[in-house]
Amino acid sequence: MFQDITTLLLDPKAFKDTVDLFVERYKGKDISVVAGIEARGFIFGPPIALEIGAKFVPLRKPKKLPGKVISEEYVLEYGRDCLEMHVGAVEPGERALVVDDLIATGGTLCAAMKLLERVGADVVECACVIELPDLKGRERLNGKPLYVLVESH
Amino acid sequence: MFAGDQNGLQGDPRLKAISEAIRVVPHFPKPGIMFQDITTLLLDHKAFKDAVDIFVDRYRDMDISVVAGVEARGFMFGPSIALAIGAKFVPLRKPRKLPGEVISEAYVLEYGTDCLEMHVGAVQPGERALVIDDLVATGGTLCAAIRLLERVGAQVVECACVVGLREVKGQHRLNGKPLYILVEPRQLTNCSAPSVNGVAVNGVETCRHNDLYLSAT
Repeated sequence: MFQDITTLLLDPKAFKDTVDLFVERYKGKDISVVAGIEARGFIFGPPIALEIGAKFVPLRKPKKLPGKVISEEYVLEYGRDCLEMHVGAVEPGERALVVDDLIATGGTLCAAMKLLERVGADVVECACVIELPDLKGRERLNGKPLYVLVESH
Repeated sequence: MFAGDQNGLQGDPRLKAISEAIRVVPHFPKPGIMFQDITTLLLDHKAFKDAVDIFVDRYRDMDISVVAGVEARGFMFGPSIALAIGAKFVPLRKPRKLPGEVISEAYVLEYGTDCLEMHVGAVQPGERALVIDDLVATGGTLCAAIRLLERVGAQVVECACVVGLREVKGQHRLNGKPLYILVEPRQLTNCSAPSVNGVAVNGVETCRHNDLYLSAT
């Protein structure tokens, strides 16, 4: 049952409330990086980054980023996929937030966290609009906290 | 039209900083292309915020109810603008990404065609819409976006991009729609290249439609 956030985006008040809830949580927490996962993480991440004074770093599918990248592979139900981040986008010691629209199995978020940790950043939390708790993605986050707005069973 | 020619923004230091925050990556995705990489703009909080603010200042009183962003880099700018002006955000996506019923618009690439999709029902007839993408080169993708919105009866007020040449194929408009651009593409001073994302820097097209490069978004 696909959770379609595009209808949330059609409701300016609900979309704004969504972003505001994340901003209230993360403002003043010394977070300098918001990393968003392609492509729906690009919709929520930048508004949060702009409001809390952080930079936005897109984590992308292979061969989309033009500069030098580091890659992290992850397992899908059938096969593998890969997430990439620009070298130099994030400095060691930066405090980072990872944003995506939804967490299911947690595979993509886990790859995102690994990319940030490989360059020495400290992943403070993962933030998603929706969680599918039955898929236990929370357990794949290596103990990192997860913050979600709604659950869907 | 360029932001620097309008809104009293001539010589606005914000535009200079925005331009300088954009990294030029030579020979991506193929030799001869000077890729305008906006991801470095996103790393500069002040410059990124300034870019969004310039768009918001322009559009907040234009009665715009829809901001349509082209996948994927249009997603990085569109939502913030939409939120600030009280409009809805509508993602225009590559095929088979949107889960509901869609309408599709094909457009021409250098070799072959690509396709942009929008959810049925996302936009109502008569709505005033803004189309946003990071960059305009040949205008093929933006034209497809305009057609999608017009097919459902919306009125496209303007297309807005962070980077673009002064003229697209010799025109200041796309399918008759005005184009608003913050900055022009830059070259690397020690690197000569015949074209910028597929369109020659002097405004004359040296190659065929190159949305192939833009479609790598």
